[in-house]
Amino acid sequence: MLLSPELTALLYLVAAVCFILALKGLGSPKTARRGNLIGAFGAVLAMVVVFLSTELDNVALILGVIAVGTIIAVPASRMVKMTQMPQLVALFNGVGGGAAALVALLELQHSTTIGAFIAVAFTLLIGSISFSGSVITFLKLQELMPTRPIVFPGQALVIVLLLVVGLASAVIIVLDDAVLVGLGLAGAKTVAAIVALLVGLVLGVLLVLPVGGADVPIVISLLNAGTGLAVAASGLVLSNTLLLVAGTLVGASGSILTREMAKAMGRSVTGTLFGAFRGGSTAGSTAVSDRPVRSSSAEDVAILLGYAQRIIVVPGYGLAVAQAQHTMAELATTLEAKGIEVVFGIHPVAGRMPGHLNVLLAEANVPYEVLAEMDEVNPQFKNADVALVVGANDVVNPAAKTSPGSPIYGMPILDVAAARQVVFLKRSMRPGFAGIENDLLYEPQTTLLFGDAKDSLTKVLTAVKNL
Amino acid sequence: MDAITLLTFFVLSVFVGFEVVSKVSSTLHTPLMSGANAIHGIILVGAVIVAGQAESTLVLVVALVAVLMATINLVGGFVVTDRMLTMFGGRPKAPAREEAAQ
Repeated sequence: MLLSPELTALLYLVAAVCFILALKGLGSPKTARRGNLIGAFGAVLAMVVVFLSTELDNVALILGVIAVGTIIAVPASRMVKMTQMPQLVALFNGVGGGAAALVALLELQHSTTIGAFIAVAFTLLIGSISFSGSVITFLKLQELMPTRPIVFPGQALVIVLLLVVGLASAVIIVLDDAVLVGLGLAGAKTVAAIVALLVGLVLGVLLVLPVGGADVPIVISLLNAGTGLAVAASGLVLSNTLLLVAGTLVGASGSILTREMAKAMGRSVTGTLFGAFRGGSTAGSTAVSDRPVRSSSAEDVAILLGYAQRIIVVPGYGLAVAQAQHTMAELATTLEAKGIEVVFGIHPVAGRMPGHLNVLLAEANVPYEVLAEMDEVNPQFKNADVALVVGANDVVNPAAKTSPGSPIYGMPILDVAAARQVVFLKRSMRPGFAGIENDLLYEPQTTLLFGDAKDSLTKVLTAVKNL
Repeated sequence: MDAITLLTFFVLSVFVGFEVVSKVSSTLHTPLMSGANAIHGIILVGAVIVAGQAESTLVLVVALVAVLMATINLVGGFVVTDRMLTMFGGRPKAPAREEAAQ
């Protein structure tokens, strides 16, 4: 016996509320895990309900495939390194978008209303863009392909042509059958749907290729929002309110996050996507200045740190690349044991996805209370004895405030220049990703320690212990 | 369901989404992305319906591919988010409660 439509709707409502609570739980690290478990409960509930409320054939087969998917997904999620989290999120996002596009393709024949046809066309295009775009993002992050922006001559023109073809097939999908017969296009809907799917796939590739490595966080977030909206639209196709609500929630949250990321990088979302076409979005001078800097030894840095009272650590992508989060955490604990106050000031776009550095430091058992957001930590720099910048550059570059001509002008930065002493752990004098020189490196209060972040931190840690 | 009701759902969900997410601290943006990512894996519901109502083998095969992809999205998303969130421990003075996860 099947569940009644009323009970089904009611249980879907419960699942939708669970999803809202899952997002709400993320308001604080204390409630986040419970929230996520509530969300997972909502998902399980929804799955039970769909099997109990719908007339389904092939149930054993479907359950078998779900089991296979679970067997693939669980070990992948359990074993992935935290530094590889952005890739995994991109991949999960991609398969979700792909699933939405396939569902829309198959639902085309059952659709009757104009609204449903519009939703099918939308899901086909956006879902397949999400799929292939996420795959390219994954390949870039996994460094299976070059991370630099890839542009070929005529790329913009090809994208425009594809958009035209995509829109044309969307129109055919939406048009009434009678009109199509009149135009001599009877039965063209299925062909148009497949064309839309293929156009979406190629568009996803072409749109993500020109995005440079540092802008990838924004793109993951944008594609996430896209998949959400595609799922919401497939909710319209299937008249399923749960899909509609869940997809819309994700679409809305992804849009907000994308905007915040872009703001934190001082970039516009369109600039991120299309900047490479205009040239110069990620370009900059790679010239190395020969002005004198104060380079120092690990022992000297250890003395600076060991005799400070307040230290603010500013970790950047270099810390993640060097896998130095555990050494960094140990250094912080060692310093705290000496009665020194250590706080981590984290720029919103440090790492390879929004909030990535927070996850890496959390993995290394740094308590979340000492992970401070930018707005919270900036007023504290003037009271800090040492600002220790590990593998970060652009996010502490005062040029973002002082030189209007600079490509990063307007980007919010961490105010490390206000600290009494600034210590940079850097691999070399090469400018950061934006390719702009950092004047702070030449200031008298600045000390530099060159080398791989992990090596440098290990040496500093040993020296601090020997103080 | 009529179009206006669906539109109502959509508009209200947009506002709920904006409202809830604007309160998330940037410390948790990565789990937020992966958590939101897990939630859109609920497309599995749609994939199951399509697979269960398939009238031809071709449709069934394509639908099962969708089921597989959606399952990976849904299950993987929640598992990896949970794994990340267990790392966000507070100060050691409050020892983490052992949850009966299994």
